This record gives sequence, structure tokens and C-alpha cells, in this order.
Amino acid sequence: MNPSDLNSRNPRAALGLAPCRLCDPRAPELARTNASSLRRFGLLAAAMFGFGFALIPVYDVFCDLTGLNRDAAQALANNTQVDFSRRVRIELVANVQDGAVWRFGAPSRPVDAHPGQLVRVEYELENLTGRPLVGRAVPSYGPAAAAAHFKKIDCFCFREQRLAPHEKIRLPVLFVLDKNVPRDLGVVTLSYTFFEQGGGKRT
Amino acid sequence: MDAHATPAASVRHGPPTGPMRWLTTTNHKDIGTLYLWFAATMFLIGGLMAMLIRAELFQPGLQIVQPELFNQLTTLHGLIMIFGVIMPAFTGFANWQVPLMIGAPDMAFPRMNNWSFWLLPVAGGLLVGSMLLPGGGVAGGWTMYPPLFLQGGISYDLTIFAIHIMGASSIMGAINIATTILNMRAPGMTLMRMPLFVWTWLITAYLLIAVMPVLAGAVTMLLTDRNFGTHFFSAAGGGDPVMFQHIFWFFGHPEVYILILPAFGIISTVIPTFSRKPLFGYASMVYATASIAILSFMVWAHHMFTVGMPAAAQLFFMYATLLIAVPTGVKVFNWVATMWQGSISFETAMLFAIAFVCLFTIGGFSGLVLAMAPVDIQLHDTYYVVAHFHYVLVTGALFSIFAGIYYWLPKWTGHRVDETWGRWHFWLSAISVNLLFFPMHFLGLAGMPRRIPDYALQFADFNRIASIGGFVFGASQILLLIVILKCIRGGEKAPARAWEGAEGLEWTVASPAPYHTFVQPPEVK
Ligand code: HEM
Ligand SMILES: [Cu+2]
Repeated sequence: MNPSDLNSRNPRAALGLAPCRLCDPRAPELARTNASSLRRFGLLAAAMFGFGFALIPVYDVFCDLTGLNRDAAQALANNTQVDFSRRVRIELVANVQDGAVWRFGAPSRPVDAHPGQLVRVEYELENLTGRPLVGRAVPSYGPAAAAAHFKKIDCFCFREQRLAPHEKIRLPVLFVLDKNVPRDLGVVTLSYTFFEQGGGKRT
Repeated sequence: MDAHATPAASVRHGPPTGPMRWLTTTNHKDIGTLYLWFAATMFLIGGLMAMLIRAELFQPGLQIVQPELFNQLTTLHGLIMIFGVIMPAFTGFANWQVPLMIGAPDMAFPRMNNWSFWLLPVAGGLLVGSMLLPGGGVAGGWTMYPPLFLQGGISYDLTIFAIHIMGASSIMGAINIATTILNMRAPGMTLMRMPLFVWTWLITAYLLIAVMPVLAGAVTMLLTDRNFGTHFFSAAGGGDPVMFQHIFWFFGHPEVYILILPAFGIISTVIPTFSRKPLFGYASMVYATASIAILSFMVWAHHMFTVGMPAAAQLFFMYATLLIAVPTGVKVFNWVATMWQGSISFETAMLFAIAFVCLFTIGGFSGLVLAMAPVDIQLHDTYYVVAHFHYVLVTGALFSIFAGIYYWLPKWTGHRVDETWGRWHFWLSAISVNLLFFPMHFLGLAGMPRRIPDYALQFADFNRIASIGGFVFGASQILLLIVILKCIRGGEKAPARAWEGAEGLEWTVASPAPYHTFVQPPEVK
């Protein structure tokens, strides 16, 4: 027999041998055992995938039960600068000087935060033109007295922003409204206006 | 039994020809070869990265690469060597040898086998290609810790995707191997008669199936934290970055045993052959392997002694880690006892195996030093850790791969290995690898942090020695490539039993092993 005549996928058939009950993956008996092994191992793998996620609540429960990393151990990490007795509503506003050039969007809803609590929000900025743009945001506060209580840790307004044509970016700002913000200020407004840098030269 | 005498036992005909052969193959030997060449390619890429790293560290100051690129190099070097070299190489060995060793005609799921391989080049391509993206490749370390990993650019998402693909590939590969071993052994081959390489791979397969999904879960959480506003690990949203370390190392420590158990199997095959004695303490080897695997799930936090765990937890993880030294020690003693009073010959495979026993043990000892919580607080994230894991991974896992290549090349190619070139490869590698990694112990003890492109002047001498060792070690690997290519292209014909002292079913079939073997199951007495 010419070796190349042999069907490489089924050498036993090519040799005229009957299907091997135990050793040939094509034999029904073995195929069945193998399939059931596959199912079992597949289930184990799927369960372990879930287990990875389950570890997060499991650690929480474990630490609650044992007191590990709770109370005293974590006391140092407690933020004593947060005033949990009240909340302040922070309205977020975005303005642009030239709406044909930018689309500048504020988060769609206001944020309620305790004084002293760290707040992170994201604005969005899109270059509507086909040329690169450089711009900068200038913040303002309402009422003006609130300005003294906004402690910005990081803000896009600290830097100028450069956008490629039609680029769209997110602009995070991270701030704390300090504990001493007057009690009668229930609502404050954080507003940014975006100006094109060197925009005057264009016309 | 001679394969030529029993034509039914092995069908002697070639593989299908044409360009589609390798893409569509379901043959375990073809797929084994593919895995091994893939590992070799990634070894070249990861090795070149290491050369760049050592070139930058040759002297203090910044000469060749900028810190951003340096961090990408260390990160990708780690990921590539672990997921692209050691794991695929061992899977390649398993594909070639497991069916031959247990007398099975092929793997249990030949088509899935094809998939598990072909996913790998895709993942490898994503990983390496991500370096070309804007912002460069991942640079947060192979351990992918947040917050850094939550802050990077697009390449971080691609890397997560690559890890998912590699994970899927190794889970499929592991299921295939475990099923083959459990269901397809030749009649008479009971579990306790299986060659030790098969045993170690069976246990490795269980480890893989158990922990690769956990890694997949961890990187999935990174992905959703990055893109879909969840806060599993991002502290700004109430998540816990340390939680990632717990989940990662729950995968990570069993993973280091995934990287070493098949090595134990190879060494336990090579040493008896060239000592011409059966393996000392077979049963204790099996039990030691199993207990290492079980213990490996209980020690993960030894990678996290400095995160601020309660003392009770530190003590638990410290003692549990020290306990692993016991079964590991059993293995080392068994290998030595196998050689004891054997009639040893020093073929290249054996040289690498002996070097493995000596040098892996050094890595085990430095592991014990690191396992002691108070000591680790000093040494964590220093070059001492780098020295430790390179001793266990390079002179451990990689040397076992070299030993396995020299040992089975005659079976794969039908030609004897050129021992002269092999010896040169061995001695150059064995000397240079110690020049490369031993000084790192001193650097670590003196306080040099890992993952830095520049360092203080007092570290200069040892770094220069390490870099020279590194260049020699890198260059020596060209010899290995030459040996392999020479062996494929010709040389003295190897008989079915290529080594005088070799035992096992794989040596009963012709060399090179015919395309189809054990079409008729052999009888194991
Ligand atoms: C006796 C056995 C072993 C012990 C007691 C041991 C102990 C340790 C300890 C305590 C660390 C953490 C050091 C630190 O980050 O501060 C460590 C790190 C490491 N070990 Fe081992 N180890 C052992 C064997 C192995 C083996 C067999 C491998 C792999 C084949 C391995 C691979 C690693 C790796 C890759 C790291 C570093 C991970 C990283 O931070 O990047 N170890 N080992
Ligand atoms: Cu570990």
C-alpha cells in the first residue's frame, strides 16, 4: 500500500483495523467518556472564574467575622475631615466661548457630597473642527463665596488642553469641598468656561 | 518491542502536505512541534528585551533606553517569558510525549488541540504589537498591579485581551491533557505506573484549570474598572487595590508551580536514564508533587508581606510557605539518591539535569529566605527577589526544557544530538547564568530595588558582572538553535531506544516517531 494513500485523520480505517474501543478518540465509548470529562473540567474552570469574583465579598465577610483590618486597625485610615452630618449639592456647569469650535459637556446630574469628601467628576470636550485646537478652561463659582471652599486636588483647568481634529476627551476634576463651607450654602455651582488659546489671532 | 516488527502499532506515512498542513493539523506531534517553535520564537523576542535591559543596567546613568521604555521592557519580558515561553514549551512537551508515554494514539480532543495552539500566536502578537501603540506598551510590571494598570493607555486593554486569550488557550490545553491522561492510558498502565512526567503534567493540568480562570477574573475586573466604571480596585471609587494582589497571587503562586512541576517531571525522566537506575522513591515523588500542588493554594500572601497584613496572617503564610520546602526537599533528595551509585554518563541532557538539581536548589533556598516575613520586609522588591525567581525559572524551568530538548530530540528528529556542540552550549550557559544571576543576590541584600533603569554608584560592579553574564548567556542560546537545526537536518541515525538507559513506551516506537503511533494500544506489563 502506498503510504500517501492513507487517510491521515483515520489511520486505523486505512489499515483496515476495526475502531478501537478504548484508544481511538472517534470510538463512541471513548468519545462519551472524554465528553463527560470535558464537561466536568469546563464546569470547574467556570466555577473558578466565579470564585475569583466571589473573593471580593468573601474577604469582606471574613474580615468582618474575624475583625481583621477592622476597627482599631483601620482607625488611622479613617478620614476625620469629613462632615457626615450634612450634604451639599454641587451643580456642574460647562460653557464655551465659541460653540462652533468646541462641544464642552458637564456631567448630566449634580453631585451630592459631604463636606470634606473627595469628589471626582468628568467633563467632556470635543473638537468640532478639522484643525488642532489649544484651549483652557477657566473656573468660576456660584455663589462667589463658595470659591474659598473648593480645594482642587487635580483639575483639567490647571493645564492647557490640546485636541487633534475631531478628538474627544474626558476631563477629570478631583476636589474636596472643605468642612468649613457655610451651613447655609445648600447648593453651590462649579462652572467652567472654555476659551481657545490664541484664538484671537485667527481672525 | 520493535515498532518495525509490528506495523499495526504505528502507521508509517507522512503528514498531509501543502501550506495548510500546520494550520489545520490535529496531530499531537505536529501540534507539539508548533508549540515548541512558538516558544522558541518568543524566547528570542523576550531574550532580546532582556539584552536591552542588561545593556541599560551595564553602568549607572541612562544610556540606551529611557525609563518609560525600560519599564515596558521589564514588563513584557516577564509576561512573554512566562506565558509565551515556559508554559507553551511545557505544553509542547506534553503534546509530544504524553500520548507516546501512555500509549495513546493522540490527544483526547484533537481539534480543540489545534485551537489551543493557534490562539497563542494571536495573543503573542497582541502583546508584542501593543508596544507600537500610542503611549507604548504596558509598563506596570508583569504582575499588573492597580493603580498603575488602571491608568495606562490602550495597550493595557490589549494586554488584558491577550491574557484572556492565553488563558483560554492554556485552559483548553490543560483540559485536553488531563482528559487524555485520565481516559486514554494503554491497558495495564495504572495511575501509579505512569511515568513521572505524565504525573506532573496531570497535576499541572489541574492547577491550570483551577487558577487560570481566577487570573481571567482578575484581569476582567481590571478591564471593567478601566472601561465600564466599576470600582473593584480603584480606590477613588471605594475599591481596594490590595484586593487585586490577593486575587492575583491566588493565581500567581500556583502559577509558579505550573512553571516548575513539568520541569520536575522532565528531570525525573532524564536522571534515571543516564544514571541507569530506576527513579528513587517513585511513590514519594508522586505524593510530593501532589502535596506541593495542594499547599500552593495556601501561601499566596508571601508575595504581599509588606501590604500591612495582621501579624497572625503573616505568621500563617510564613509557616505555610516554609512547609512547601519539605516536599520540594523530598524531590531533591530523590534525584540525588537516584544518581547515588548509578553508572552515570554525562550527555548534554544529563548535564542540564544535574545543573538543574544544583541551581534550582539555590533558588529554593533563596525562596526560603524570602519566606521569612521579617526578612522579606527588607528584601521585597529588591534584586534579591529577582535573583530568586531567575534561579527557579531560568536554571530551573528553562534548564529542564533544555534537558528535555536534548533528551527527546532523537525521538523527534530521528538523529542523534551533536554532543560536542551541546556541551559547549551547556558549559557556556551554566557558567554565564551564574555570572548573570548570582550577583543579584548581593545587589538585593545591599538594597538595589528591582524595575529601575538607573542605580546608585555602589551597585555598579555587580551590575557590570551580571550584564556580561547576561550577554554571554544570551549569545550561548544561538548554539542551542544550531544544535536543533543540525539535528533536524541530519546526523547519526538514532535507534528506537535512543539512550541506552531509557525506559518507557516512547522508546518502543521508531525514531523519528512515526506520524501515527499506538494506533493499536500497547500492552503494559
Ligand atoms: C521552596 C520553594 C519556594 C519558596 C519558599 C518561595 C518563596 C517566595 C517568596 C517568599 C517570594 C516573594 C518575594 C517578594 O516579592 O518579596 C517569591 C517570589 C517569587 N517566586 Fe518563589 N518560592 C519558591 C519557589 C519558587 C518556584 C519553584 C518558582 C517558579 C518556578 C518561584 C517563582 C517566584 C517568582 C516568579 C517570584 C516573584 C514574583 C514577583 O514579584 O514578580 N518560586 N518566592
Ligand atoms: Cu509564591
